[in-house]
Amino acid sequence: MSRMQRFLVVAAGLALLGLFSVAAPALMNDYFVRILTVMCINAMLVVSMGLANGFTGVFSLGHIGFVGVGAYVSGVLSLSAADKTSYLPNLPAWIAGLHMGFLSSTIVAALVCVVLAFLVGAPLMRLSGHFVSVATLGFLIIVNVVLINADDYTRGARTFTGVPLQTTLPWAMGWLLLALVVLARIVYSPKGRAWRAVREDTIAAQAIGIDVLPTRLSAFVIGAFFAGAGGSLYGHYLGSFSPSGFYFAYTFSLISMLVIGGMRSMTGAVVGVIVVSLLSELLRNLERGFDLGIVAVPPLYGASQIVLGIILILIMIFRPSGVMGDLELSFGRIAALLHKGRKE
Amino acid sequence: MSSELYITQQIINAISLGSLYALVAIGLSMIFGILRMTNFAHGDMMMVGAFGTLVLGSLNLGFGWAVVGGIGIGALAGVIVERVAYRPVRGAPEVTLLLTSLAVTYILENLGILIFTSSAKNFPLPDWMNSAFQLFDGQITFTQINLLTVGLTAVALAALGWFVTRTDVGLGMRAAAEDMGAAHLVGLDVNRLIVVAFAIASGFAGLAGVLWAAQSGVVEPHMGFTPLLKAFVGAIIGGFGSIAGALLGGYLLGALEVFIVAFMPSEVSPYRDAIVFTLLIAFLLFRPNGLLKRSQEVKL
Repeated sequence: MSRMQRFLVVAAGLALLGLFSVAAPALMNDYFVRILTVMCINAMLVVSMGLANGFTGVFSLGHIGFVGVGAYVSGVLSLSAADKTSYLPNLPAWIAGLHMGFLSSTIVAALVCVVLAFLVGAPLMRLSGHFVSVATLGFLIIVNVVLINADDYTRGARTFTGVPLQTTLPWAMGWLLLALVVLARIVYSPKGRAWRAVREDTIAAQAIGIDVLPTRLSAFVIGAFFAGAGGSLYGHYLGSFSPSGFYFAYTFSLISMLVIGGMRSMTGAVVGVIVVSLLSELLRNLERGFDLGIVAVPPLYGASQIVLGIILILIMIFRPSGVMGDLELSFGRIAALLHKGRKE
Repeated sequence: MSSELYITQQIINAISLGSLYALVAIGLSMIFGILRMTNFAHGDMMMVGAFGTLVLGSLNLGFGWAVVGGIGIGALAGVIVERVAYRPVRGAPEVTLLLTSLAVTYILENLGILIFTSSAKNFPLPDWMNSAFQLFDGQITFTQINLLTVGLTAVALAALGWFVTRTDVGLGMRAAAEDMGAAHLVGLDVNRLIVVAFAIASGFAGLAGVLWAAQSGVVEPHMGFTPLLKAFVGAIIGGFGSIAGALLGGYLLGALEVFIVAFMPSEVSPYRDAIVFTLLIAFLLFRPNGLLKRSQEVKL
């Protein structure tokens, strides 16, 4: 296919998805629209997590820290003036006077995360292996402690509420598509090749002149931008949240999506989100207990997570690179499949 | 209250808390030393040990036997996890090991929720354990549980010290930690050594879990997670992979936590955990081998 044709196909695909997201509320019931919205947000978070964790080989456990910061920053900014005075009376005057729309508060939240990621990443990206995981876990804990104790800005451990419910499916889908297009351009550019080179062999990458620290840092910072934006979307989807929502449970669920799908591929990240979301949704319904007519299965709280954990271990043992491995769903591959199909 | 007595009281608290961190950190460090694995599921052996004790205690076995049984169940759980989940991925990249242990944590904690529900359960203690000693008109207070914590930790550490320096299996474990391939070459049964290491490490965690539950009075499925994170910090401060380092790091961390709350202005104490984990990051950056240096350069 020529460049032009590819561009047209991508544009048409994006337009179709966009159209679908706008029309979805009329076509489906509310339950499915909500699941789809959350899936779009999670897909954006998982794909952005994959930049550092998958493509650059710096396995960070701190991604949710940025999501939490994004949710709170945008939440504070988009709270209405009346809600600000009633929920956050001790807010400094210059913040209390600010009131931003959904899009601008999301962008500000993402940029705050970029600055934070730069400050945190500049020292931490020097570490490798399990050390970087433990250190970024430390970052996640520090963010949690600060969110709980910065009462004046976050209401502490109490629920932060009053965030306008503005994350509709088109918004979530739009941000996801933007993230996918932008990140795909980067991942499959010389920059992305440098990321993968650093992952495969740090010393060899240095030998051919790749500067490891800035390379890792760029993946971490770009990931944090979309983590912050995703956090804002999530916050504006939930309306009310507390620091405990941005902690280990969410971290684990995103990691399982990333790893099950395959963290060396963007398609894998999206596949992981779809598989894990649908599976958890299904299991959660079974978990509440059901009646088979003859035997009634009692509620088994926790069972769905156990199944997810077992799947993750099986993936680690039998297919550590995830469902997709290194493969992407790309034009070349689709064309090859079509071609093969025609021959047979 | 005189300041010397106040300081003495804080030192008692620090030793009591540090003992628990040291017990958990030592197991974490042993496993890291041999397998190069950050075992997130290690903290859950605390939960298993405490729940094991709770269940056995409800069978009227007598508290002492229930504790012994609970520790045994913790050790057994560690061995099972090693056999079922960790052995198949042994030698895989660090991230794979880490993710496997995260998944095990997730499974164990949710099993805890499935069996015991997520609400905290009372941890009944014999009456004599709750009795407190008061010195200097109550200015220094400690309970039998504090004494027991320090005493049992000392016994466990002495036994471990004897084991790793005087017995063949213990020496073999240290050899495997030094170089697993070489240990295998000279004919050591590495699989068996690893099983022993997991049994000891998880047994220690089980003991720490029982003591933790005794101090807090409750058992719940997530109880192992915070101590585990603290044990990470202790183990890394001391020198990840070194038993003596974990011991030192555990006590240092216990002291640091107690002293932050006791001697710093009250606005600082809610940020205790943030300070602790900042210290962890500082150590990882500037002294990744910890206080007791142990060679960790990558073998090429």
